[in-house]
Amino acid sequence: MALLEVRGVSKTFGSLKALGGVDVTVQPNTFHGLIGPNGSGKSTLLKAIAGAHFADGGTISFDGMDVTTMLPADRSRRGLSLKFQITAVLLELSVYDNILLAFQAHQPVWGLLRSLSRRNLHPEVMAALARFQLADRADDLAGELSHGQQQWLEIAMALTQKPKLLLLDEPTGGMSPEERRATGDLLVPIKQHCAMIIVEHDLDFIKDICDRLTVLDNGQVLDDGTVAEIEASTKVQEVYTTRV
Amino acid sequence: MAASGTKKPRRVMLILEILILIGLLVVPLVTSDFHTIIATRMLLLAMLAISFDLCWGYSGIMTFGQALFFGVAGYVAALLANKAGYVQIWGIVPICMLVGLVSSFLIGWFLLLGKRTPTIIFVALGTLTASYAAERLVAGWQWVGAGNGMSVWDFMKVGSYELEPGPVFYYVILGFLIVAYIASRWMVRSQLGLVLAGMRQNEERLAFFGYRVQRFKALVFSFSGMIAGLSGGLYAFHEGFIGPGSMGIGLSTYAVLYGLFGGVGTLLGPILGVGAIETIAFILSDIDALKPYWPVILGVIMLIVVAYRPTGIMGLIVTDRERIGSFGYRGGGEPDAGGKDAKEDTDGTA
Ligand SMILES: Nc1ncnc2c1ncn2[C@@H]1O[C@H](COP(=O)(O)OP(=O)(O)OP(=O)(O)O)[C@@H](O)[C@H]1O
Ligand SMILES: [Mg+2]
Repeated sequence: MALLEVRGVSKTFGSLKALGGVDVTVQPNTFHGLIGPNGSGKSTLLKAIAGAHFADGGTISFDGMDVTTMLPADRSRRGLSLKFQITAVLLELSVYDNILLAFQAHQPVWGLLRSLSRRNLHPEVMAALARFQLADRADDLAGELSHGQQQWLEIAMALTQKPKLLLLDEPTGGMSPEERRATGDLLVPIKQHCAMIIVEHDLDFIKDICDRLTVLDNGQVLDDGTVAEIEASTKVQEVYTTRV
Repeated sequence: MAASGTKKPRRVMLILEILILIGLLVVPLVTSDFHTIIATRMLLLAMLAISFDLCWGYSGIMTFGQALFFGVAGYVAALLANKAGYVQIWGIVPICMLVGLVSSFLIGWFLLLGKRTPTIIFVALGTLTASYAAERLVAGWQWVGAGNGMSVWDFMKVGSYELEPGPVFYYVILGFLIVAYIASRWMVRSQLGLVLAGMRQNEERLAFFGYRVQRFKALVFSFSGMIAGLSGGLYAFHEGFIGPGSMGIGLSTYAVLYGLFGGVGTLLGPILGVGAIETIAFILSDIDALKPYWPVILGVIMLIVVAYRPTGIMGLIVTDRERIGSFGYRGGGEPDAGGKDAKEDTDGTA
């Protein structure tokens, strides 16, 4: 059974049709690339999946349940995690506290008040930081990290939730080629326990790590298939050579 | 870890807390009973201001109606004394806290836990309206003294000991303030405080982690109402009076001003705010030439501070980093704790 099924999702902003009936299917433990020109609706689609805004039409089912109108917090509890395009790490908190905040999200209030879990979570927090090469920045404010490191922190935070599906909006935005390569290496092992939708402009990056691709253009699915199929697709080449 | 070694130790807040505590402890020893009574009133208002800070400074709830919970509890205390003849402190205190808790829970439930996420303006107007409505209601209600309010002739009692306004009363109130302060501090420095700190910066982000942001707000709002209720009940006995003004928008606005002036998100700021504003007001209103102008002068001073420093007086003294604090585990002993154990243990919230 597919992990995520998006059927005919549409979204309109005023008179602008950002999504006009989009279908996407994601299988468990696969990385699914979402590409397309600027303004083609990639972020809009991810937000609709995560619940940051609701689709005007169509249905989204996740893990066998219709989540089309479910609140973001409830989707998150079911295993859907979104990394925002503009990094939304909490800049005034330490790197450590950002991760702790993500880890303790499902603790009961009374336990939080008594700080029952911070001691036990400490090794996990440090492990999550180490995994993304942030351990030596634990005490710094998240706002003091480089852009690339903030992206990693975001991904690390999203992963603490042990999501079944992680939505990444431009994880390598603003990164050096060096950092990009490192990011790819950091993401690949995740496939063992989590599927992913990755929005990217860097095609080389996405080709390396994704299993399937969906190409959006003007709020419509232009093409969909394995990386090799998309590379061979004339429709896609047309859009990418004439407009990007 | 290299990073933590280079960080400046963050102890300013702790030093300030100790200094203020010492200052408050000596007040009755160095001033007259008259001034001690005024200082007691300030302590009571400081509790109200702290309750505002918990809402706005820590949870992003702009409450313009904090006096409502203060006033309702004050009226309940006055009614207990006048109509039931009950003045035992060990009964009055929990009852007033409960009254504050329940009334703020009901209003918080209505304003914060609706289907739609409330905006700051909605909450501000909602609390303001509630405070105003309550003020009008008691002002027209004969049974509670209508516009004249109610005098409380009896003193509050501890066993058979009568608490008259003066040094002993002062220390009793100081004790309650310290307890309220420590409880609040414990909360805002706990893992729950981390949630609040995250919420203030990016509410939406927290929702995506699975936090039910509005419930946390409602919780803090109720807790703050409990503290406001405590101060209101004690206030009625201390002043020997409670009136509609004690639950209306005038006092509610003052709670906001104390907080903003002293610095929200610090707990200590509101105490400084009350001390500064009330002292300035006291001095200015005593100078005959200035009498007609003092509210204006006070307003201008406050505007300058708030405009220049959004974090108020405290913003001049402590850094943002210290004000917000850190929340992780900082126990020693773990061999590869990655430097966390080198961190300053300034919070003492073990
Ligand atoms: N909140 C909004 N209000 C109005 N218009 C919006 C909003 N969000 C997106 N849009 C518009 O919808 C269209 C699709 O935007 P979207 O952000 O999904 O594109 P994208 O594919 O993510 O582009 P990019 O590659 O630049 O990130 C754009 O024309 C954009 O201007
Ligand atoms: Mg985008």
